[in-house]
Amino acid sequence: MQFKRLVFLFVIVVLALSVPLVGAQDAKVIKIASQSPLSGPQSILGTSIRNAAELAIEQLSGPLVEMGYSVEFVPFDDQATPDVGVANANLLVNDAAIMAVIGHLNSGVAIPSSEVYNDNGLAMVSPANTNVAITDRGLPVVNRICGRDDTQGAAGAAFAATLEGVETVYVLHDTTAYGQGVADFFQKAAAEQGLTVLGFEGTTETANFEGVIQPILALDPDLIYFGGIYSQTGIFINQARAAGYEGLYMGPDGFDASEFAELAGEAGVNTYYTSVAAPPTFYPAAAQFIEDYTAKFGEPPQPFAAQSYDSTGIVLAAIQRILESGEALTREAVAAEVRATENYEGITGTYTFDDNGDPELATYVILQVVSSDPAEWNSNVVLDQFLAPSPLVAAAEAEAEATPSS
Amino acid sequence: MLDARRSLGSVSSRSILEWGYRFILFPIGQMLIFIVGAALFLTVLAFLLALAFPEPRPNIVLIDQVNRQLPGMIISGITIGFVYAMIALGYTLVYGVLKFINFAHSEIFMVGSVVGFEVMQRLSDTGHLPAWSPVFLVVVVILMAMLASGLLAVIIERVAYRPLRGAPRLVPLISAIGISFFMIDLVRAVEAITRNDFNLTYPLNQLEWVRSPFKLVIGENTINIRPTQFIVVLGAVVTLIALNYFVNGTKLGRGIRAVSQDMTTAGLMGINVNRMISLTFFVGGAFGGAAGALFGMNVGTVTPFVGFIPGIKAFTAAVLGGIGNVTGALLGGLTLGLVESFLNGLLVYFPALGQRYTDVFAFSVLILILIFRPSGLLGERVDEKV
Repeated sequence: MQFKRLVFLFVIVVLALSVPLVGAQDAKVIKIASQSPLSGPQSILGTSIRNAAELAIEQLSGPLVEMGYSVEFVPFDDQATPDVGVANANLLVNDAAIMAVIGHLNSGVAIPSSEVYNDNGLAMVSPANTNVAITDRGLPVVNRICGRDDTQGAAGAAFAATLEGVETVYVLHDTTAYGQGVADFFQKAAAEQGLTVLGFEGTTETANFEGVIQPILALDPDLIYFGGIYSQTGIFINQARAAGYEGLYMGPDGFDASEFAELAGEAGVNTYYTSVAAPPTFYPAAAQFIEDYTAKFGEPPQPFAAQSYDSTGIVLAAIQRILESGEALTREAVAAEVRATENYEGITGTYTFDDNGDPELATYVILQVVSSDPAEWNSNVVLDQFLAPSPLVAAAEAEAEATPSS
Repeated sequence: MLDARRSLGSVSSRSILEWGYRFILFPIGQMLIFIVGAALFLTVLAFLLALAFPEPRPNIVLIDQVNRQLPGMIISGITIGFVYAMIALGYTLVYGVLKFINFAHSEIFMVGSVVGFEVMQRLSDTGHLPAWSPVFLVVVVILMAMLASGLLAVIIERVAYRPLRGAPRLVPLISAIGISFFMIDLVRAVEAITRNDFNLTYPLNQLEWVRSPFKLVIGENTINIRPTQFIVVLGAVVTLIALNYFVNGTKLGRGIRAVSQDMTTAGLMGINVNRMISLTFFVGGAFGGAAGALFGMNVGTVTPFVGFIPGIKAFTAAVLGGIGNVTGALLGGLTLGLVESFLNGLLVYFPALGQRYTDVFAFSVLILILIFRPSGLLGERVDEKV
């Protein structure tokens, strides 16, 4: 009986405490949400995306504050899981003050979640999703500022073909939309480059890779390409090297986190990876960002943090343009204005979105891991870098070239 | 009755030779027969497969691949098989006594692997790690994991199962699933607060001996046997022999067996049933913990979610061998480990299938065996308690 009374009291106290929170809603509040994995094996990247968005709001919301608005940041944890991402999306579209979402980290989460944003006209700017389906669906609210997996996979294969002694490759993927997608593009491009693809395997294993490694040892490829995220691919190479694999190792931007060095240890040194986001130190304009980020959060920013900062900046700039023009601030207006972004000068580059929401020009880099020390991750060597146009821009250019000659 | 008990309990009345045979030679022989039998059977199947599909993919001659992979597949199958067997023992012991499946056992395994990490990491943080001798280090890590997991299992039983002992069968099952989630998030919270890290990597790279594999040369092939694989097998064999002695050769073990046969009558005979049940949980949990530490040392990185897959597989192994039967758990674990390893190694060459189908085939085997032997490979028909 006494227990029941305690529960009752507790409920009353909780209700009493939550009343002021509900009452504090201000009409002039603009909220920006982020969705990224804040818990679980990929939380290092996800937390960095969250932190950078928070920093951007702190530093770049000045003009909006002067106009009498307060900008609030609402981070969500999508746990790198599609159903959690969608559940969060359904939750956050109900908050009318949320004007845009920064996220996600994982394409497999972003694709279903963005359907929910699209149904509610909520703009999404992604700092990290590279799967082609993100923008190829042509959703008006979905944008990204990073490159695409078709170009990334092909760039990886082209680079692999130039490496000395590489004739055979073995391709692994993590069976997610992202990993399988990029691995498939790598596989196709590798075959076109004249490399022999010895195998194309998906695995959801996260701890014990012995079963995956056995056939690889027997086939003895010159290079393994693993389309997956560091929490899986770092452990894999550690075990593969211990089992006697001596060839090269390569992967997509999912490798790009300092945790990879920790998980892979010595086995990860000299690993190649392609990325759509070079280390923050690679961008000259990001020096101040790195300093501020490190001062605020006590650790250096991970890859995609600078992109998250720019994504947030693009949203804030779009909202500012709407308010200055005197239009009503609605989600639809924000989505349209974000898409109309032209030559936004961010710390990682200058961004203009094409009609699908891809950046017209995206940076691609090929890097090599230099050390097993996670603190050295940002000094990984950039072996090659290039700018590539989005498919829509490339098609338009091809047409423009074809017209005068015909 | 009294005389019989005295003669069973005292070692001095038997010759040392007979004791050695019963508690050391016989179990080792049994394990060897299981391993060799299962490996031979699967090898024959692999060669038959190679005859049926000589070239499943262009430029891949299956028989060459089988030849090249055979030793590796057998070694990795035995390694993971022993891990499954050790976890399966926890399921089977508890089932034997309480006739219910302790679904929180996969988390007891996970806690063992995390405790193993913590011990090593603490040593590494204080700089003592490289100085410790390999044998001493491994023994300490395993013992600490066993102690932690054993105590945890006892606490779980006391808190979550004992109050529900008279309740319908489904109630403790739900309670077990609840405990399972609770343990995952508790470990996650503790590690997040103390280490701010999710992936827990054993500091093995500081140990020179871990990085130097034994080279086994068979014909043209060199097989790397990692020291950790060796430790898994050796550790499993030693602990399994100890368990066999404990259950079949000591007074406490006899108490556990009596309770598992008939709890009420055992109680009437003066056996403290609750204490025996706690003891069963301790022993089963300790095995799960040892398996966790061995698994962690072998794979290098563990997370709070690491228990789920091995836990499910080990439960399968326990059912396959005949749940409630200790030898069956060993046979089931080794069989499942080897079948899985062979499937992983060979499905790659069939473009339409691939390793994704390993579990489909492994569990099809399980269903087939259970159709023909519903109580498992070594299980006896037990009347269901209602």
